[in-house]
Amino acid sequence: MTVHRGGTAVRPRRRSIGMRRLRGMIRKEFLQIVRDPRSIAIAFLLPAFLLLLHGYGVSLDADNVPLAFVAESPSAEATSLSAAFAGSPYFEVRKYRAMQDAVAALTTHQVDGIVRVREDFAGIADPDGSDRPPRPIQVILNGVDANTARLVSGYAEGVWSLWLADQARQAGREIQPPLELVSRIWYNSEMRSRNFLVPGLIAVNMTLIGALLTAMVMAREWERGTMEALMVTPVSMFEILLGKLIPYFIMGMGGMALSVVMAVGVFAVPLRGSLWLLVLAASVFLLVSLGIGLFISIIARNQFVAGQVAIIVTFLPAFLLSGYIFDIASMPRPVQIITHAIAARYFIAILQSSFLAGDVWAVVGPNLAALSFMAVFFLALCGVKSKKRLD
Amino acid sequence: MFHRILALVVKEFLAIFRDKRSRLTVVVPPLVQLMVFSYAATYDLERVPYAVYNEDPGAFSRSLTARLDGSPNFRKVAEITREAEIAPLVDGREALLVVHIDRRFSRDILSGEPGRVQVILDGRNSNTAMVALNYVRAIVMAESRELVRTGRAAGFPAVLETRAWYNPNLESRWFIVPGILGVITLLVTLITTALSVAREREQGTFDQLLVTPLRPVEILIGKSIPGCIIGLVEGTACLLVAALWFQVPLRGNLFMLYTGLALFLLSAVGVGLLISSLSVTQQQGLLGVFLFMVPAVILSGFTTPIGNMPVPVQHLTRLNPVRYFMVVLRGVFLEDAPASVFFAQFWPMALIAAATLTLAGWLFRHRIN
Repeated sequence: MTVHRGGTAVRPRRRSIGMRRLRGMIRKEFLQIVRDPRSIAIAFLLPAFLLLLHGYGVSLDADNVPLAFVAESPSAEATSLSAAFAGSPYFEVRKYRAMQDAVAALTTHQVDGIVRVREDFAGIADPDGSDRPPRPIQVILNGVDANTARLVSGYAEGVWSLWLADQARQAGREIQPPLELVSRIWYNSEMRSRNFLVPGLIAVNMTLIGALLTAMVMAREWERGTMEALMVTPVSMFEILLGKLIPYFIMGMGGMALSVVMAVGVFAVPLRGSLWLLVLAASVFLLVSLGIGLFISIIARNQFVAGQVAIIVTFLPAFLLSGYIFDIASMPRPVQIITHAIAARYFIAILQSSFLAGDVWAVVGPNLAALSFMAVFFLALCGVKSKKRLD
Repeated sequence: MFHRILALVVKEFLAIFRDKRSRLTVVVPPLVQLMVFSYAATYDLERVPYAVYNEDPGAFSRSLTARLDGSPNFRKVAEITREAEIAPLVDGREALLVVHIDRRFSRDILSGEPGRVQVILDGRNSNTAMVALNYVRAIVMAESRELVRTGRAAGFPAVLETRAWYNPNLESRWFIVPGILGVITLLVTLITTALSVAREREQGTFDQLLVTPLRPVEILIGKSIPGCIIGLVEGTACLLVAALWFQVPLRGNLFMLYTGLALFLLSAVGVGLLISSLSVTQQQGLLGVFLFMVPAVILSGFTTPIGNMPVPVQHLTRLNPVRYFMVVLRGVFLEDAPASVFFAQFWPMALIAAATLTLAGWLFRHRIN
């Protein structure tokens, strides 16, 4: 095992892990953890706190969008269209008589969109007027948040087509679109964005917590000079690393379990896959993220730099490059290649399938393999980089 | 007084830039991240993998599938002939959606009935599914208009004419890239300030600093300036990249942008120094940064709108300086918003800056262990 060889390079006479020494190391770490209970708080309370805050905070489902409705000359049709918008759960209608007032409301962010009907809107549903050119209903959206604007535009179309069919039915006609689009959304039929965001958040949070727990532990020993003290003991480097890893792994898994329980219990995300597979994927992922933290800590040898690096390489990449919210397949090819180095990417793919679809081996297999590879890679790297040496 | 502060500023800069690794972490990653994230962060989809299950032998379905084929947003991965083939494609994420055209599609259109198109989508990421569905809807609408134009079907008495102001093509990159500017500036400012006092405390040099002729106010100013300068430089670099490289329109007033940036930096530095003076060890400092930064970014309207949050969480975001800076950034870049919109963001940031800086300065003196 590479890790082992790296660890014993200085003292080749010891080839196996001494259980007694390892226990001693773990005991020391646990004592350090217990004396400074903040890391227990990091492991257990922080995931719960972050998941609670963000689980409620992140949603891509727009409802009660404030909408200005402008009817320049009142008519029965305009009133019924406005009522149709007001009746939709997606909109909160404010009526305006003049377009310029509605525009002012849009530019000052009081409303997110304007629906405007003109004078010729009256009599739109007359059965004998069907050969006239279609009358426009103007919809203006604040397009700054393009994603929300696109959703809102879809909602507006839904309201409009229902209203149109309703008007026609009242006039005794049938309005049929030339083509009819029927959609079926698998795994998440009610299109709740929380169902995929909350599992993704578990991965984002655990990336942070894994790195946070270990990013400073080695650097701290170096900085305080206790590393030298450890070196003169018979403990091998490999045992030191394992002794650091095991307590944090146990605490991290506790945080992970709490997160999953909350996702299902508080946020009502369905868990359709098997629990053992989730536990397996979570533990491999946690090893990767602890390994990355440990690696940063070994390389930096200085808590200040280790802390800075941990902030930079964990949160934003896990947030933006992992497929948590932005679709990886739509990114440019070079960026897609970079995303392969983000462990959260593989874990999120597994989580989204495990929670919403079930045990899909076509998804779980390759992603779990990639995570395992990363775990071995980073832990081996820690072993190689942390040979006992003084400089 | 001035030269004392200057000396402290020089010392702080030396502390950041003397160490090669520290120098690298402050300068290189933020700029790399700006580029990578700006390319990565978009809700728009490209090359959506889809499969066609066309049971209709007629000409109308061929015209529809040709339209899908021709769209740059879609990439066909399979043509299937049996319903049983749908599930493995979607389960294994090979296709995001399957377009199913019914056997009677062309016949229905010829007889004046609506032609039915069914779309099956992978909803594991419901937002992606929704965006993809909107793309399909646009293609079906275009095909409908074509049918109306050629007299195959009757038109509607009224149509929706939708336009998006400020961002006519609804490019979500225009929304995200200015936001990344804010997030990266926050990140840089926090990592340069938040660990600085904690490190001095841990190494015992903070007590030395307190016994120098420097007054706490001067220490506060001296500790704030480096973070502000670095934030200003990185912010300007991000601004240039956003406007020149990513071609995000810069329509508004740069004075408003820089006023907003200055207030934002002051509040970020204030939070950083507050975290720093509250923590005794650097590890606590790091924890504090995470505890502030992660919610501050996620609950800022950077990627998910504040309007979608439950009302209590919306109120909570009022404590978050990033929230206000996001509005300023987008107001200047895209909207050229009226001054009242900017002032509504300026004063809360000023308030946050004043409160955090005052508290941090007070803690310098009153927390000597």
